[in-house]
Amino acid sequence: MKILAFAEQRDNKFKKTAFEIVTAAKQLAESSGSEVVSVVIGDGVKAIVASLGHYGAARVIAVEDPKLSQYSTTAYAAIVSDVAKKEGADVVLFPATAMGKDLAPRVAVKLNAGLAADCTALRWENSELLATRPVYAGKALTDVRMSSKCKVFTLRPNVFTAIGGSGGAAVVEEYAAHIGDGEYSTRVKEIAQSSGKLDVAEADIIVSGGRGLKGPEHFKLIEELAAVLGAAVGASRAVVDAGWRPHDEQVGQTGKTVSPSLYIAVGISGAIQHLAGMSSSKYIVAINKDKDAPIFQVADYGIVGDAFEIVPALTQEARKLLGK
Amino acid sequence: MKIVVCVNHVPDSETKVKVGPDGKSIDRTGVNFIINPYDEFAVEEALRLKEKHGGDVTSISLGGDSHKETLRKTLAMGVDKAVLIKDETPRDTFSVARALADHAKELQADVILFGKQSIDSDDGAVGPMVAEMLGIPSVTTVVKLEIEDGAVLAEREIEGGHEHVETRLPVVVTAQKGLNDPRYPSLKGIMAAKSKPIEERQPTPAANKVEVVAMHKPDAKSAGKIIGTDATAVPELLRLLHEEAKIL
Repeated sequence: MKILAFAEQRDNKFKKTAFEIVTAAKQLAESSGSEVVSVVIGDGVKAIVASLGHYGAARVIAVEDPKLSQYSTTAYAAIVSDVAKKEGADVVLFPATAMGKDLAPRVAVKLNAGLAADCTALRWENSELLATRPVYAGKALTDVRMSSKCKVFTLRPNVFTAIGGSGGAAVVEEYAAHIGDGEYSTRVKEIAQSSGKLDVAEADIIVSGGRGLKGPEHFKLIEELAAVLGAAVGASRAVVDAGWRPHDEQVGQTGKTVSPSLYIAVGISGAIQHLAGMSSSKYIVAINKDKDAPIFQVADYGIVGDAFEIVPALTQEARKLLGK
Repeated sequence: MKIVVCVNHVPDSETKVKVGPDGKSIDRTGVNFIINPYDEFAVEEALRLKEKHGGDVTSISLGGDSHKETLRKTLAMGVDKAVLIKDETPRDTFSVARALADHAKELQADVILFGKQSIDSDDGAVGPMVAEMLGIPSVTTVVKLEIEDGAVLAEREIEGGHEHVETRLPVVVTAQKGLNDPRYPSLKGIMAAKSKPIEERQPTPAANKVEVVAMHKPDAKSAGKIIGTDATAVPELLRLLHEEAKIL
């Protein structure tokens, strides 16, 4: 039995999910006597790949080419499926990130494999691999199994804990990608960064604002608190639809489903589609004037009061506590 | 330009999900179904492409007769022709993609649009699977799309930024919120849609690889502590986050 873990890097730095994926693979492997092989694609990745051994990869297959420095859906999909075939992988794991979600469906088709997307748990049950995946933005969970020989999963970021120190440096092997120009039919020409902005899907702490903030100009309160906490700024659908905030900040059923360690909801009443997207956060803080707001039903800690008074105080006190 | 847009018919986002009697899917009693919100962006983009480049737009949905309501909505928005691939059997993403790909292939589409995911099963997989089955490129979670002389430039949302992706027709594109503002059907459009036929087709038989074993509700979070009613509660909140939650 062989498990292939796709470790995502950008600019030759691993994303946190890379370590989460390899750890998850290692845990599956331990209970089934399997081998964990990781695949890393890019240009100049060989220098960074050995570190995956600490998380449990026995071998890392580095696929390098100057043309692979930028992501290409078609080329990356061809390479991962070639490696999976060569290795005879039974399970292929991807992160449920923009890249992993883009790649996994194409790889699944190439491998004639079933796909379970955005999984939050994987486990063996009677030597069968079961995955748990949220549906309806987390309003329900499903347990799924697969009948295909090869099985592909994407794993939700921030859910599987990365545990280092379980092994030594991985054996690094180079793999020459024999793919023609036709496989580069999609190419990333450039990446426009939103000036170092932390994304809600990746953040460990999120500070979200809603209509209770009364106007887009008051979001600076949210931004200041987020800056002190090293958090991402999130938003409710109401304020995104009103044009106060960009849609990439929207949390909820038609936005992003998030599971940070801490979610601070400010002036958000907690419509069902918002709660669906954030109630799997480990800790939830709600600040809202309305004591009957549904958000308090899911909050671990609540302050029923005026956000315009509480949030600046919280920013100030947190700054002191964190020595910033 | 031959444009195809694939649409799904899903419970609206206000739905309170209950597990149905089979223990594997939701209880559909009293649930209001709508066009999948992301598919509205896909339909709008399809119509804009037609307005710019000419050609025609076909909408396709896979499902039971109830999906005609969503197809009718696409016709009212301005889609030329609607096709229902009639099928009530449960399908995994692979199997849905197979049925759609087989039909889209016949249509020889230049552009096939999808919403970036259905808000029911949240897979986000069918679009790129169809592309792979047809052997054509795909760009997912797109917020900007330009097509000129067969060259495609698409901006897709990634963590903390946008990727500018270059590719060529034919292509599969999945739409993210922000791509456009979907139009409301005009009264004229609604009237015209009533007389447009919805073609029915038989699907490729389902061959599922993924099976739902059980559906359950997540553990309900219980309401926690209300710490206070003004800024004087802030030190206690920070203490709890620091000592009890061990986060800060």
